[in-house]
Amino acid sequence: MRVTVRLFARLRDIAGASELARDLAPGATIGDVWRQLAHEFPELSKYERSISTAVNADYARMDHVVGDGDEIAFLPPVSGG
Amino acid sequence: MGPLLHIGPGPLALDEVMASLGDGAGSDGAVVTFLGLVRNHNLGRSVRYLEYEAYEPLALRAFERIGAEVAERWPGVRLALHHRIGRLEIGEASIAIAARSPHRGDAYSACRYTIERVKQIAPIWKREFFDGGDVWIEGATANPDDERARHEAERLACA
Repeated sequence: MRVTVRLFARLRDIAGASELARDLAPGATIGDVWRQLAHEFPELSKYERSISTAVNADYARMDHVVGDGDEIAFLPPVSGG
Repeated sequence: MGPLLHIGPGPLALDEVMASLGDGAGSDGAVVTFLGLVRNHNLGRSVRYLEYEAYEPLALRAFERIGAEVAERWPGVRLALHHRIGRLEIGEASIAIAARSPHRGDAYSACRYTIERVKQIAPIWKREFFDGGDVWIEGATANPDDERARHEAERLACA
């Protein structure tokens, strides 16, 4: 199955892309997607404990099982206002 | 009337934010407003300008959530919340909040609570361009289910 990964702010700068397509095995979790990305872009690893994650524009936890066509977002600590 | 909750690149206008709340059919005694401005200094750096970005659909959901929290905590308060994104110059407004209520106490509290919660859970980021470089500002790890954060916002709102 295939998902879209969205990256924001500093995470986007590290990966050099705001959107990536990734193929996953059935049953993969958001955490699996993150580990795959962190392997690809090691500088992301330092964000492991501070990111938030979302599926289809709704906050979700790392153990959330993703589905085909989902949009997975990784969000560094926020600074709005 | 414009939308109560909004994210976009256009300049913020407090009168539009207030107008979106309507006239309360005469039953309101107070409207409290807040504008967040781009400051020319931060942590000893001379700031030139800021760039804001948002994960817009989730940010709007976060605003809706904040609105629901306000409605639960301060029934009778009506809330409008607009956030600007893109490049903002020194002195420009990045966020505008208006809280309208029969009584001023609730309006003040709801307004303060709202800005604190935006800083905690809205997926919005600012990149600071200063003399000598630029840096993404990273504040809170957004977790809408973190009750401690919510209580802290409530404590500040009612101080």
